[in-house]
Amino acid sequence: MSTDPDLLYSEEEEALRAAVRDLLTDHCDAAGVLARAETDTPYDPALWKSLADGMGLAGLLVPEEWGGQGATHREAAVVLEELGRFVAPVPYLTSAVVATEALLACAGEGTGGTGEAGEIEAAVGLLARLASGRTIGVLAVPLHLGADAAHPAVRVENGALHGEVTGVADAAVADVLLVPAQDGALYAVDAGDATVTPQVSLDLTRPLAAVALDGARASRLGRAESAVRRALRAAAGLLASEQLGIADWALTETVAYLKERKQFNRPVGGFQALKHRLAQVWLEVVHLRAAARAAADALATGEDTDVTTAVAQAYAAPAAVHAVEEALQLHGGIGMTWEHPVHLYLKRAKADSIAYGTAGAHREALAALVDLRPPA
Amino acid sequence: MTDRPLDAAGLRRRTAELLAAHPPAETSRLDFLRARFDAGLAWVHYPEGLGGLGAPRSLQAVVDAELEAAGAPDNDPRRIGIGLGMAAPTILRFGTDEQKRRYLKPLWTGEEVWCQLFSEPGAGSDLAALGTRAVRDGDDWVVNGQKVWTSSAHLARWAILIARTDPDVPKHQGITYFICDMTDPGVEVRPLRQITGEAEFNEVFLTDVRIPDARRLGEVGDGWRVAQTTLMNERVSIGGMRLPREGGMIGPVARTWRERPELRTHDLHQRLLKLWVEAEVARFTGERLRQQLAAGQPGPEGSTAKLTFARLNQEISGLEVELRGAEGLLYDDWTMRRPELVDFTGRDAGYRYLRAKGNSIEGGTSEVLLNIVAERVLGLPPEPRTDKDVAWKDLAR
Repeated sequence: MSTDPDLLYSEEEEALRAAVRDLLTDHCDAAGVLARAETDTPYDPALWKSLADGMGLAGLLVPEEWGGQGATHREAAVVLEELGRFVAPVPYLTSAVVATEALLACAGEGTGGTGEAGEIEAAVGLLARLASGRTIGVLAVPLHLGADAAHPAVRVENGALHGEVTGVADAAVADVLLVPAQDGALYAVDAGDATVTPQVSLDLTRPLAAVALDGARASRLGRAESAVRRALRAAAGLLASEQLGIADWALTETVAYLKERKQFNRPVGGFQALKHRLAQVWLEVVHLRAAARAAADALATGEDTDVTTAVAQAYAAPAAVHAVEEALQLHGGIGMTWEHPVHLYLKRAKADSIAYGTAGAHREALAALVDLRPPA
Repeated sequence: MTDRPLDAAGLRRRTAELLAAHPPAETSRLDFLRARFDAGLAWVHYPEGLGGLGAPRSLQAVVDAELEAAGAPDNDPRRIGIGLGMAAPTILRFGTDEQKRRYLKPLWTGEEVWCQLFSEPGAGSDLAALGTRAVRDGDDWVVNGQKVWTSSAHLARWAILIARTDPDVPKHQGITYFICDMTDPGVEVRPLRQITGEAEFNEVFLTDVRIPDARRLGEVGDGWRVAQTTLMNERVSIGGMRLPREGGMIGPVARTWRERPELRTHDLHQRLLKLWVEAEVARFTGERLRQQLAAGQPGPEGSTAKLTFARLNQEISGLEVELRGAEGLLYDDWTMRRPELVDFTGRDAGYRYLRAKGNSIEGGTSEVLLNIVAERVLGLPPEPRTDKDVAWKDLAR
């Protein structure tokens, strides 16, 4: 390793965090998110417009010459921390990170592109639309897939796509689907040309959908494999920041509640059995923050990225789930109610622990990356 | 003064002058160290005349790098860690001018080793309950009691000692801080053999030890506050090392895993990978803490280092014993020794496993540290106290 990763937040990153948090505090309260979750529009289009278009956050990862902000994964990670803290029902991770990364690979950022000139042009054009926030793009692979897993691919016949992909996060709000096909290419399909059917999902705030293609018109963007791999690696690395936001919410909320809640004539937060459990969660949040920062920095610099993102996700997934499970238990009966928001966080944390590869899948990847091989 | 060498360039110049006047190749180790102290390059953040130059602490690295490159001897800091890390900052803050002049130089050069007489058989986590008595007799104090967990006591010339001078007031108020001469006839040091077989620590019995009042640090009855300086510096020095990947306890087990494929099982593989990840994240956490300190944003994360390091050391070394299978049933050597240095990763897996058990006890148990996190960081209600307003002599024991 040539240099140490920068694990702090810069002043600009803290200012970005404050701006995002202010917006979410005003426009993304838990009661509203919960009420929306059971309607036909679990997503919040007005919030998305403010974040993506108003604040320009959809284009953070896109270079300025392609219509974006020319920022890095470090800034996107800060946005995801805050979105996780509010379980915000917006397609930021799926559109502004995953689909955007896939398009950046096709457009040739850093590598020179993987397709014909026309394809590169199409990818660049789509990038600008996604960066503006006015178009939502979604990579049509199941949410549980990690960067090392084989992804499904649809049939290509006469330039049209046929097949079905299930478990695609945020597909229900997508304007454009990025679809890997059996010819090894990644295609763009207008959502209007696909049948998108919402699936009843564990995570109420990032629901899945099935995408069916029956002769859908499609335009080639470049090679699928490298694009999908890059997209899913960035997703796993930056998901750690979302998980940090979730865990930090769970800790903060639970500490505040246990200072107020009284049983046996004293605040229950004074019982040592509970204090130790919260101290343990705090410890894990501190570690999660370092791991998430390391992953964001590694994605930004390209240094040691495979190992650092795998380490971050292998740590973050169980840590976030643990933080929210502790929050539920320590809230007692109220934590079990539909009315209290902790279940939104539990569902998100549990779904996140499967998204983009489980902790186990990331540990398996590490076994090869750091030469700790399994038994023969 | 116009050329006050507070910047890196000034320190480099001073270091070059020291090296020119005392070429390491032609100077005895001790003479060089003494000259370095006198040049203010021992610990540059200390005051002038006491081994420093009143420079920022961060600039010490500049001096150390220059001296290392020139092949100059160092003061073997691991051998005199208690003196450097605990006694010196306390003497600097609370000592009289005479005490600072007398003790700091030989402490820093290593001519005089220091140990710490704090813990007692009846005062571990509740250190303030200590019962070693110091009674005033003319210009002296007469000390009687028993101390424990004293590393380096058998090598030490001096000890920092806290003792009870007033049993009639609540426990925190009746303590006084002293410098104890370990060569006094009333001081008896007995090795305390540990589960590893060796005796890294000692018990120290104090019988009618006479300490001149001139060796008191701070005011009579103010010893608990003085001791806070010592203990704060202990926490800072624990877990502050910068490590490369696989630099800690995970290193030996990862190497064994790679070199000995015949030992591998699926169960061990899963556990190893999990611990490897945790060790790497702990390393990032330590690195982040250092970056925060360097940027002048110290956070409460410091409290995590020892908690994490204790648990990981224990789990990793336990895994390694298991990984070794039949060899894990053997032990390198149970011979009773009194080592000068403690090396947690030294010796075989069995030793590492047994020694690591102490990591969650020494320097504050993990349970007490979790209380500290819960109360001072998270602001949760403190443990109920029944001892605050009770005279020490009336406490349950």
